[in-house]
Formats: sequence, structure tokens, C-alpha cells
Amino acid sequence: MKVSGLELEVERRGRGRPLLVLYGEEALERDAPVLAELAKDYELIIPSPPGFGTSERPDWIESPDDIAYIYLDLVETLGLRQTPTLGCSFGGWLALEMATKHDGFCSKLVLAAPYGVKIGGPADRDIQDPWNIHPGKAAELKWFDPEKGKRDFGAMPERELTVVARNNESFARFCWDPCLHNPKLKQRLHRVRVPTLFVWGEHDGIVTPDYGKAFSRMIPQARFAIVQQAGHYPHLEQPAKFLTLVQDFL
Amino acid sequence: MDVWHFTEMPYPHLPPVDTLSTMRVTLPSRHYDPKIGADLYNRYLDEYMIADDLGFHHMVNEHHQTATCLDVAAPLSAAILARQTRKGRICILGNPVANRGDPLRIAEEMAMIDCISRGRLDVGFVRGVPYEIFAANTNPTQTVERLWEGIDLAVRAWTSHDEPFNFEGRFTRRRLVNLWPRPYQSPHPPVWITGSSDFDSIKKAAGRGYVFATFLQPHEKVRALFDAYRSAYLDQGLPGGGGTAFMPLVFTGDSEDAAEAGARELVWYMTAKTEPQFRNPPGYVPVELNVKALQGAFSGRTDAMRAMGLEFQREQGVVMYGTPDQVAKQIRRFYDRVGGFDHLLVMLQAGFLDHARTVQSMTLFAKEVLPQIRELARTRPNNAKGAAE
Repeated sequence: MKVSGLELEVERRGRGRPLLVLYGEEALERDAPVLAELAKDYELIIPSPPGFGTSERPDWIESPDDIAYIYLDLVETLGLRQTPTLGCSFGGWLALEMATKHDGFCSKLVLAAPYGVKIGGPADRDIQDPWNIHPGKAAELKWFDPEKGKRDFGAMPERELTVVARNNESFARFCWDPCLHNPKLKQRLHRVRVPTLFVWGEHDGIVTPDYGKAFSRMIPQARFAIVQQAGHYPHLEQPAKFLTLVQDFL
Repeated sequence: MDVWHFTEMPYPHLPPVDTLSTMRVTLPSRHYDPKIGADLYNRYLDEYMIADDLGFHHMVNEHHQTATCLDVAAPLSAAILARQTRKGRICILGNPVANRGDPLRIAEEMAMIDCISRGRLDVGFVRGVPYEIFAANTNPTQTVERLWEGIDLAVRAWTSHDEPFNFEGRFTRRRLVNLWPRPYQSPHPPVWITGSSDFDSIKKAAGRGYVFATFLQPHEKVRALFDAYRSAYLDQGLPGGGGTAFMPLVFTGDSEDAAEAGARELVWYMTAKTEPQFRNPPGYVPVELNVKALQGAFSGRTDAMRAMGLEFQREQGVVMYGTPDQVAKQIRRFYDRVGGFDHLLVMLQAGFLDHARTVQSMTLFAKEVLPQIRELARTRPNNAKGAAE
């Protein structure tokens, strides 16, 4: 659909009241059981950010901050108000960028291991840099069970691989520097006034649970929950535990 | 044909390669001994002086955070050569404008070196190789845009002489651009760019009358790149007159055996190790190539070439070695295969190749190969303006 002159891919799936889903940088959520389950109770609205999926990416969009304005236009166009919102990893960061600007679109926020803020000093590495570390090591940091992260690209059709390559490129475009955070976001988080649940994998090596706890304390009404036997994608590694938390919260 | 001496100024004195995971980006500097480094810097500069006497032009480059290249500031080495050499032209290939991020500082430095050398400078601009992205922390998805905004701004600064101008671009913003000094050559030094598959950049370079250079690529690929250049080349009347350049590794020996032994040392450069995440950062190559990478058919630009043997590399023109007549023949064969070219950038030194053998190979080349290739015809502009001349 066209939003502010931009062609955006927006998937709608399931029945019930709307739930806005902002997927993560690898878009693994789209085929995952967690969304299939949620689609039984909600109508999922799943936009692809500029440069992800088949969404257009004009040059001027360079950061999650820029995307947030596009997404606020999107929720306005769709007439979404007080809609529960789920954001995963990069998508969680986008949700917070939106909510700090105007939180009227959402009633509650569920954030699975979002990026977005820097907590330590210049020499501290708060967020493991996925581009600088060996791919094997990155998988170990990301997954409790790295086997779950393996993808058979050889078996994927070219159309899907094109999406994977676009997503990878766009993620770097928006998040390379400052690496996976917006230095201003921390100063804006007090503006998020809706109930917020942070869900973190106990074994997340990309952004540790300590980072998550500190992050959650920056939002007035935030709660923090740990999922055992999960890494950076608790909603993918432990969907049942994750869904229990989400259903209780929503 | 012009021939340019080149060494990347390597620091090969490392622990055994199989004990290292990488020679680039993350190799700790405890492996660098400053005393050995001092000897190497001076030795490599001495070799440029010898090259100058032998009739070579000079090419220098820069890389960062790597044992393969101690030259971390090409303007510094070019400035030394500007003062110490007398005859050869000096080509910086190039200024990593996307990574360095200050095109006007580059333009100033180039103008200064051009003046000191009394107009012997050729100014290359490069996008930077993939692993360099990490040392500079440049967004890998924007390097082409940064490169061209930087080149166009530098050229404008070199050629504006009457009043300051305003520039509020995407990556550089200055409100009073007014370069001092201006370059010695008019309207400005020859400009070079490098590339290995970006046809848009080749066409931009050709249309602006810049030289296009490519390194260590198989001949069929070079032909496609040079054809693209020739089809878009517009002679803008710049010093040097545009054209194309190719760089192989080159060793010339008294005998075939000696030459092969020398070549085997040079290919150290091609086997330099880099961890996989540094070879192809996201967005460095287009989505179509990354689709191939996901399918396992592409693993960074030069990996396939590295994996092949010396004989294959010689057949492709990537490594040229042999007796003087054999080397001259390989150059002429390559010249014919790629539709001709204008500048041969000879990487005469790499890896452990020591001073004595480097000078020996260089001298043989200058005395016995150079006379055989010097008269090879230059690229003609393939357009109305060029055809009319």
C-alpha cells in the first residue's frame, strides 16, 4: 500500500482485534509458530519497513528514527488507535521510536529483546556487533540452540533470497552507525506512557538480560520478564512460554 | 603504454599464517615490530627511488588495520616521492574518500603535492575494499554515493578560482569552499577511479574523462569493464587524457625457474587471510550478488581467484611472470584480449620478496620488457569529439 508516497508491504493475517507486529531484522517471525498462534486471536497487521520485504527504500530513509515517521503515517492511514503492538529485536526498537513521538497508536507494547539505547560508556560494548564477529560466533550469541538459527538458503527460491539480501542490506543501512542504537532515544523514553512488557531470553548474548533490565527501567510503566532456554529470539525459541507471557499481559 | 611501479608495503613477518585467523582488521599490533617496520618503510621508499631511475612511474595506495599494507596514508608517501623523485609521475590510487569523509582536505593535500612535484601527480579516488569498511566504520551501503559526492566536490574545489562557493551536500557541508593552494596542473591533475564490477561508476568516470583502473581480475572480466569504459569515454581534455589501467603481480627473472619462484612469493598477497565477516559487508555489493552469495556461488570478489593455482592466474593475466620476453608476450596477449589499455600498474613487490630480488626483477623489466611494450597504442575516445580529432 501507498503511505506518504512510499510503497510499503503490509501483510494482514488472522481474525480478531488488531495487533500490530513489527518483525525483527531477519524477519524470521513471518513463518514462525508464534505469529500463527497469535493469528488465532488477533488480526495481525505486519508491515515491512522500507527496504525490507518488498517495501520501497528511498535514499533519504537512513535510520529507525526516519522509519518511525513512516510507520506513524501508516498507523494513521490504517486508522489504528490504542492497538496492542509487538516488536521484536529491531522491530522493538522501531516500536519505541514510534511511541516516543506519539504513543496514541498503541494500548500496550510487547518488546522482545529490542535494541535502541546505549547504556555504558564509550569503551563498553552494550550490543554485540553482528557485523564484526565471525558468523559462527554470532549464531552462538544469538541462539540458545544455534541449530535453530540455521537456514537452508540453497533450498530457497531466488525471490525469497532477494528478500533476505534486501533485509540484510537495509538493516545495515539503518543501524550500522551509531551501532544499533539512537543516542537520543534514551532521553525520549519517558514519553512512552503505555504499559510495556520487555521479554528477554536468559541466554541472549547479543544484548544481555542486564542490558534489558536497565533498558526497561527507562520506561515508566515497563515490566521485565525472562524466558529460560532462549537467546536473542525468545519468541522463536520458546514460543509457548512467550505466548503465555504475552497473553497474560495483553 | 605507461608503466607504474607499485608495492603495497607489506609487513610479512608474522607468525605462521595457519596460526592466525586473519591478517586484517583484528590482527593485534603486538605482531608489528617498529624496528622492522622502520626498515621496511625506508626500503620500500628506496625501491621507488630506484624505479624512478629505471623509468617507471609510481603508484601508491593505502589501507588500514592490516599487515598487508603499511602505507596508511597515501598522501604521505606521495609527498615523500614528490620531493625525492625527479622523473616519474606519482599516482595515488587512491584516496579512500568514502571512508575518509573529508573530500576538501583531500583536495588540498593533492593540490599541495601537485605543486611540490611540479605537476607530476595523478589523483585516484577509491571506494575502499570491503574489509576497510570496518576500520573506518563507514556505512557499507553508502560508499558509492559518498565516493561520487566526494570526487565531484574535490574537482569543483580545484577548478573554482574566483570566489568561495557553498556546498551543502548529503555527506559534506561547507559554506565557504575556497581552496589554497590550487593544483599545479590545469584544470586539475588526472583523476583515476578503481572498480571491479560497478558499471555505473565506470560510465561516470568515462564521461568525466577520468582513468579507470582495475586490479588482479581475469582477462574476460577486464574486457567487459574496459569495453564499458570505451563505450562511454568522453575526452575532456584533462592532463593524461583518460584511459584504462590494469594491475597484475609481475616477476621477471633470468630463467623460467627463477621467475616462477619469484611469482610464488608475490602471491602471498593473494592468500592473505581475512575472516569471512570482513569480506562482504552488507550492501557493499548489490542485492543480486548477495543472492548469489547466499546460494554459495559468490564469496567476495577475489576469493575464487585466490583459490586457483599460479598457472591459472598466469593464464588469466592476474600474475605475469617469466623471462623478459615471456613477460612482454603475456602483457601483449593481455592487451589484445582486453581490447587494449593505457597503464600497466606492476605490483613488483609483495609478501617476502626481498630487496635484492625486487630490484633484480624491476631492473630486468625496465631494461628488457618496457622497450617491448612502451609503444602499445593508447585508448582512443569512442565518441564524436574523440573521433573528430
